[in-house]
Amino acid sequence: MPKWAPLISLVLVIALMIVHAASASARAWVWKVLAGFGAIGVVVVVYFGLFFAPREAYMSDVGRIIYVHIPFVWMCMVGFTVNVVCAVGYLFKANWKLDALAEASAEVGIFFGACGVTMGSIWARPTWGVWWDWDPRLISTTVMLLVYVGYLAFRSFTEDPDRRAAWSAAGVILGYVTLPITWFSVQWWNSLHQRQSDSQTVDPAMRVGYLFSTVAFLALFFVFVFKRYEISRSRQSSALELPPLQAPAVKPEVSA
Amino acid sequence: MKPKISLLTAAWLVLRKDWMIEWRTRARLTALIFFSLSTLLLFSFAMGPDINALRAHAAGYLWLALFFASVLSLGESFRVEGENQALLGLVLTPVEARAIFLGKVFGNASLLFGLSLVLLPVAVALYDIDLAKAPLALLATLFLGSVGISAPGIVYSAISSNARARDVMLPLLLFPVLVPLLLATVNATKFCLGPDPQEQLASWLKLLCAFDLIYLSLGFLVFPKVVEED
Repeated sequence: MPKWAPLISLVLVIALMIVHAASASARAWVWKVLAGFGAIGVVVVVYFGLFFAPREAYMSDVGRIIYVHIPFVWMCMVGFTVNVVCAVGYLFKANWKLDALAEASAEVGIFFGACGVTMGSIWARPTWGVWWDWDPRLISTTVMLLVYVGYLAFRSFTEDPDRRAAWSAAGVILGYVTLPITWFSVQWWNSLHQRQSDSQTVDPAMRVGYLFSTVAFLALFFVFVFKRYEISRSRQSSALELPPLQAPAVKPEVSA
Repeated sequence: MKPKISLLTAAWLVLRKDWMIEWRTRARLTALIFFSLSTLLLFSFAMGPDINALRAHAAGYLWLALFFASVLSLGESFRVEGENQALLGLVLTPVEARAIFLGKVFGNASLLFGLSLVLLPVAVALYDIDLAKAPLALLATLFLGSVGISAPGIVYSAISSNARARDVMLPLLLFPVLVPLLLATVNATKFCLGPDPQEQLASWLKLLCAFDLIYLSLGFLVFPKVVEED
């Protein structure tokens, strides 16, 4: 895979996202382009990861998981970060769009996080010999996902839209603390899970692969969030609009 | 218009009001004590009569009993405010909502701390632990842990008090956030009660302080948005 592929595709994907946000008329087709790029990108990455990428020095073929595992968890964290930014924004200025985006990004984030954890578990079986280990990184990731599941459960259990938006925003700001704990857990504690890689520890050929994969996942993530956001918006509009005035179906008969 | 009073004075007044409500009935404290006593007993029944295993896990049982009791205590803390719309009255007084947060947090923390002091002799009897090894550090752990449960707990209790199925909602929201606190308190208590060859106690206490500070400040910032309605 060429060295410039991740950067060029990242620039293109971000440009498309900006076009999408800025122009209402482009919104009808931009997401389709991003979805197509994401889908093709994931296929390319899977093919590259399985057949072209060099073997991992210690883990051999099992190490090929990095091309999907890392992007999944990164997108989960991007989702939760978008969510908390929307939550803080909502507390400053109540805006239904922020509330819808917060809900969408949390739900998509949970999906990506759950996929990442499941893959990690499959990887752990041949590598560590167990499906699950009580390791700081695994615990903190699970706790983080549980916080957001609680957030969505809370939202579905509160009827009043104003209160739901304000309270879930306040609650999720407290819950976001679990994300930095998850990120730094491998550095703070002696974790079985490896630390974050950098350019010194990863072969350039592998690095290009998972960076490109991240861009493809970002495109898919954006499409998922956008579609989920539209659902939230239409639910909001049906919840917020007043019930239609009912015309009397039958004229009351006047008795003589 | 009434003269404005400082944040800490207002927090103190809220705290005193909570204490007074508690003292007049003493219902919550009594219920909490018996609830957590039976939790401690249940743990020893579930584990069987192996005193070495019980002693080794005593810190965990003690804190789980406190965690379960805290859900009752925190839920009750806002249930009493729901009667006659007392919370609305409190918000309408010319004090900051943040004072209510601080008062409520320390009201709950003092209740949980008192409860933990009641549970300690019971744990000595049931699990054969030794309290004399590091008594001051143990008290500090219990106090910091009580504040750590209450700080996020008050915010979540306030937001879940009006949701459907609020009894389910509070632990669902609160317990995941409290996992780091549980790890820190259980480990700190374990090192207070037993040998600490690598001197890890101080680092767990620091983690506890950090947890308390983070959640006190976050709660302080977001609590007004939870109780104030525009």
